[in-house]
Amino acid sequence: MFDDFFVRALIAGIGISLVTGPLGCFVVWRRLSFFAGTLAHSALLGVTMALFFEINIAFSVFIISAVLAILLLQLQKKTKLPNDALLGLLAHASLAVGLVVIGFLTSIRFDVMALLFGDILAVNQNDLLVIWLGGGLILIILKLIWRPLFASTVNYELSEAEGMKPDKFNAIFTILTAALIAISIKIVGLLLITGMLIIPAATARNVSNNPKQMVIFSVIFGLISVLVGLFTSLKINSASGPSIITATLLLFIISLIKFKKVSDLKK
Amino acid sequence: MENKNKKTLLKVENASFYLNDKALIKEVSLQIKQGEIVTLVGPNGSGKSTTAKIALGIYKKIEGKVRRFTERIGYVPQKISVDWTLPIRVIDFMSLTEDLKNDQINVALNLTGVDHLKNKSLSNLSGGEFQRVLIARAIAKKPELLVLDEPVQGVDFKGEIALYELIKKISEKLNCGILLISHDLHVVMSATDFVICLNGHVCCSGKPHTVVKDEKYKELFGDRASNILSLYEHDHDHSHSADGSIDPKK
Repeated sequence: MFDDFFVRALIAGIGISLVTGPLGCFVVWRRLSFFAGTLAHSALLGVTMALFFEINIAFSVFIISAVLAILLLQLQKKTKLPNDALLGLLAHASLAVGLVVIGFLTSIRFDVMALLFGDILAVNQNDLLVIWLGGGLILIILKLIWRPLFASTVNYELSEAEGMKPDKFNAIFTILTAALIAISIKIVGLLLITGMLIIPAATARNVSNNPKQMVIFSVIFGLISVLVGLFTSLKINSASGPSIITATLLLFIISLIKFKKVSDLKK
Repeated sequence: MENKNKKTLLKVENASFYLNDKALIKEVSLQIKQGEIVTLVGPNGSGKSTTAKIALGIYKKIEGKVRRFTERIGYVPQKISVDWTLPIRVIDFMSLTEDLKNDQINVALNLTGVDHLKNKSLSNLSGGEFQRVLIARAIAKKPELLVLDEPVQGVDFKGEIALYELIKKISEKLNCGILLISHDLHVVMSATDFVICLNGHVCCSGKPHTVVKDEKYKELFGDRASNILSLYEHDHDHSHSADGSIDPKK
């Protein structure tokens, strides 16, 4: 009924939205959206490295993001610059370096647009495996560290005092974020993956009053956005990433309207 | 003494903590055993909260030694800012660091008088209500060591005394050690086993009776503070309502 590539894109998109939902909630709660964006920008450099050394793209992106995260921690300690300046510095520097290096790789025909905005045609069976295995692993780890991670999100000192070891779990969370970006750039694109993390979670915030509920809504909104976005992309031949993110935006707007009505009723 | 055979829960030995080359506390030592209430008193900026945070391992870069002999710790911080981008109800907050059964949550909230707020959002609580929830959360997990940093701030006067009585009761019931920080000299003095008077360093310490007679204590708090014990140490056979009239106890 659908072409193979489209079925693959659907399976990939569903897999990704299952992971971006819960992870995105933490990104919103911990005010890390700019940080996630920085990691995503560095993914371009990761892809370039992968092409250059002929290794797996997801693996290479993951390594670069992890290096960037460590670099950020070092810079935070050694400079007196504010966090957002450091993040901006790293994000755009790594994007620029990535683009320059890509220019040198003349032997490889490479679609930069697909990398920036996602391309459903590009998803192969190998990618599906990476998405579902990697995504599954991310979710399992997140489930295992949920309590200490959540406790440190609510209050660092409280969780430290009561033996939850917040530093350790914050570091694990950073790694999970890098891993998610690594597995999802192909379908959403590196400029838009942050949107996929934040917008469904933000939409969910408007309609939930407890953390678990927000995670569930966030997953549901992500799923709807992927389905709507991909079908639109197929119908009007738009890039898959922007279509999915536009769908998340529509849901966000709808959630605002609904939110208003519910609170009006309460008054 | 009866405390001799009891387990030591916390030992701080000659701890000093510097922030930007300024000493916040200097060579503070204290220890807490099971069933014991140790109270830190002292003026603003005397390092009371800092001492608590060192004892809890929140501040790690210290001189001296901190040893904790239990992992079952409940903490009520002085200041807590929960980010309101996080939708969280009282019931979610209660099991923040430990999985609790519904009964345990109910009992704890009931003890601090806020069981009706169970399904309310944390962001909708008043200061006093939030403080009661914080105390309930810390005791619900049945800790061996309880660290309470100004636990009754923002609570109305009547509630304040009731909460201190509750804290005393809990230390007996759970047989846990309590490190208490407070401004309310009078209430604290009558409910505590050991007082440490801080002013950057340990000014004086000992049983409440001895400390209030210490010259250094008088210097720090004034002569009137010494009379506190005689005022408050009589047996309460009644309590006072907000307008000062007497409510006989049942």
